[in-house]
Amino acid sequence: MSDHGDDTGSVLRLEKIVKTFPGVRALDGVDFELRPGEVHALMGENGAGKSTLMKVLAGMYQPDGGRIFIDGLRCTLPTPIAAKEMGVILIHQELSLAEEMTVAENIFLGELPRSRFGFVDWGVLDKRVGDILKMLNVDFGPRTKVNRLSIAKKQMVEIARALTHDAKVVVFDEPTASLTDAEKVVLFDIIGDLQARGVGIVYISHRMEEIFKISDRISILRDGSYRGTLITAETDEDAVTRAMIGRSLDLSRDAGDVARPGDVKLAVEGLSCGSLYQDVSFKLRAGEVLGFYGLVGAGRTEIAETLFGLRRPSAGTVTLNGEAVQITSPAEAIAHGLSLVPESRKEQGLVLGMNCRDNITLPQIDNLTSGPFVSGPQEVAIYEKYRERLEIKAPSWRAMVKNLSGGNQQKIVIGKWLSMKPDVLIVDEPTRGIDVGSKAEIHNLIRELAAQGLAVIVISSEMPEVLRVSDRIAAMHQGRLVTIFERDAVTEDDLIQAISGIGVHAA
Amino acid sequence: MSKVETETAASAKGHAPDESAPGPDTSRSWVQIISAQGILIAFAVFLLGFGLFSDRFLSFENMESVLRSSSIIGVMALGVTVVVLSGNLDLSVGSMLSFGTVMVVDLHDKIGAAPAMGVMMVAVLALGCINGFLVGILKLNSLIVTLGMLSAIQGLTLIYSGGQNVDIAPSTQSTTWFRVFGRGDIAGLDMPIIIFAVLAILLHCAIAFTAYGRRVYAVGGNPTAAVFSGIRRGRVVFSTYVISAACVGFASIILGSRVMGSQNNVGQGYELLVLAGVILGGTSLLGGSGSIFKTVVGVLILGFIQNGLLLMGYPYYAQWIVTWIVIILAVWLDIAGKRGRLFSPIA
Repeated sequence: MSDHGDDTGSVLRLEKIVKTFPGVRALDGVDFELRPGEVHALMGENGAGKSTLMKVLAGMYQPDGGRIFIDGLRCTLPTPIAAKEMGVILIHQELSLAEEMTVAENIFLGELPRSRFGFVDWGVLDKRVGDILKMLNVDFGPRTKVNRLSIAKKQMVEIARALTHDAKVVVFDEPTASLTDAEKVVLFDIIGDLQARGVGIVYISHRMEEIFKISDRISILRDGSYRGTLITAETDEDAVTRAMIGRSLDLSRDAGDVARPGDVKLAVEGLSCGSLYQDVSFKLRAGEVLGFYGLVGAGRTEIAETLFGLRRPSAGTVTLNGEAVQITSPAEAIAHGLSLVPESRKEQGLVLGMNCRDNITLPQIDNLTSGPFVSGPQEVAIYEKYRERLEIKAPSWRAMVKNLSGGNQQKIVIGKWLSMKPDVLIVDEPTRGIDVGSKAEIHNLIRELAAQGLAVIVISSEMPEVLRVSDRIAAMHQGRLVTIFERDAVTEDDLIQAISGIGVHAA
Repeated sequence: MSKVETETAASAKGHAPDESAPGPDTSRSWVQIISAQGILIAFAVFLLGFGLFSDRFLSFENMESVLRSSSIIGVMALGVTVVVLSGNLDLSVGSMLSFGTVMVVDLHDKIGAAPAMGVMMVAVLALGCINGFLVGILKLNSLIVTLGMLSAIQGLTLIYSGGQNVDIAPSTQSTTWFRVFGRGDIAGLDMPIIIFAVLAILLHCAIAFTAYGRRVYAVGGNPTAAVFSGIRRGRVVFSTYVISAACVGFASIILGSRVMGSQNNVGQGYELLVLAGVILGGTSLLGGSGSIFKTVVGVLILGFIQNGLLLMGYPYYAQWIVTWIVIILAVWLDIAGKRGRLFSPIA
């Protein structure tokens, strides 16, 4: 490729981008090209280099090699501000809003319109922000405080911010991770709108159905190197998956994988926690996976947190291994053979600045001592066991978990709780933000664990996941357990109706 | 470029530069290298620099004098390091030192050396428990709690002493065995240095190698994840304040024994010197990263700065300015090392 010439018609072109970190070649000569008005999906497993590439594009990382062209002109993006000025806007998974300020202030932060005396001109501000919000079809106003908004709505604020700039390239990094279906529709409308204005869209997501719905082309990264670009209309999910992971995935349940449940391990009777959830009853047997399906806020996570001693129930009883228990702290829950893989691995699951080994052994560190001191060899043995078992990819046990990809981080959290050899394992959103490869591995693992006699609760907002791993599925709607379905006797429609509060009630 | 290369593409990786053996530090920037070793480099530079200016500086006598004069701040800094590792601050140690010293000196002649030390220790530990309760159990902000305690304990000290300075009677000064902590020596090595060294080794082992230490790091690194891992965060935080108070108790014994008397504001300003030693060593104020060993180095650097400037003929207050500059440099390098460049890319 020459320096120019074939740039006609591309708003952004990356050429042979290289970026290395200590011990890792995160990007190994990656090419990427984006045309105006195009939605170009970027796919790859976690750790494939997508986020790194986008951070290079947003001026947060400096590439060690390669060239960047915007509108055919070679440029460097030394800082995020420079990138913004070049018209590259990144909308992250992690939002960066000033929580205590209003929507309008956030959108025009740093460039608030001023009146003659140098004060903020609120009238103009409200009008301009109001126009944008109207276009986005949202139900909050310019003067709403950001900390009152849900994550989805905060994301809308970020998008509104991008719209006020003269964006040439907008990068969406997993934008639908926390959106409801209705909100997704709005987002896709907005993306369509941006396309119509000739903005180039880079769309990063693990969700195939979205990619196939909105993208024009799909570029694929694997292990930091570029694996080519597909035209969406001419390919299918299987081809994309194969390109991403180098093999084909079987997403269906293994035949003959019928659980033979044993004794009741956990029995919950009439459990309530204030306004969060009410009158929840279920039984969980050894060797069984019980899925909890429902919308965010339906009370699923709160039930898990109550069982694990993080919340006090206002009513109801919990029986573990036939013994009525009152668990008031995670330490007690652990002592009773309960493990919880929490919803948010970064906030709740991991000490990011600690190494892999120390994270895995943290809950049982008291039992790994010889004399007064922690025994390094015992710790390493446990780490190595679960590294092999879960195929964790880390340079060594000394690697800080913050340097691992999301999938490997999640495996560390799972390893940490498996190493406690629990009787009951609760996993909350086990595959959120994780690539398809790791996802399948984690699903298989859950089935394997159940087959070995573990009692498992899986909380998930993804229907395919619940259907794939569960033996029975508890559908929740607004704090109530609507009904428990048998996996083999349930349809997607049943589940959707149950969690939206339509139709059948407790069977 | 419109076709995906599948399996064959893997062979293209053969051209890529060898990325095997993720050896340590191969691609770190000089900023990161200086930052990682920064404090030891700075230490060496100080020693050499002052050594060139003054031939007395590197003498054994001078070294011992620096160590001795650093030992009180050092002992206190050990405890504060544990608090900081768990993600909190302890600013109350300065007036706690006044309190402990006044108490142990005052009680010495009244009830005898051993009971005086015992009563003082219990009183100081009780103060630590108050800090620990407010920050660990009630989860109040540690800056506010311990800043408040700083002035409250100063008030308590003045009430206790009735505003008078206290002394051990001149007649007993030379006969009491209490003098051994501040003025004694073992094989020519001053006792305060030995106490500092022993406490440093004990606490270093407790923090670096025990399950308790791991919990402290976990609570400082991510309190929520620590709770989700079954760690009782409140208890851990509580315990760090008790450890900090115990260290202040030991420092009070050294100081009281050394001076054989005490002004009732003798510890004023120590909280900042102590914190300076901790920060200079490289323990993160955000919690979860650092070590006791680092603090020992940080405290010694403070001591050598002070001593070197005095030997070079500067007034003692010059050290306050120089210390500030050194801390700013240390903190800057620490941040720069984490982000891999000297200046923030974000305005």
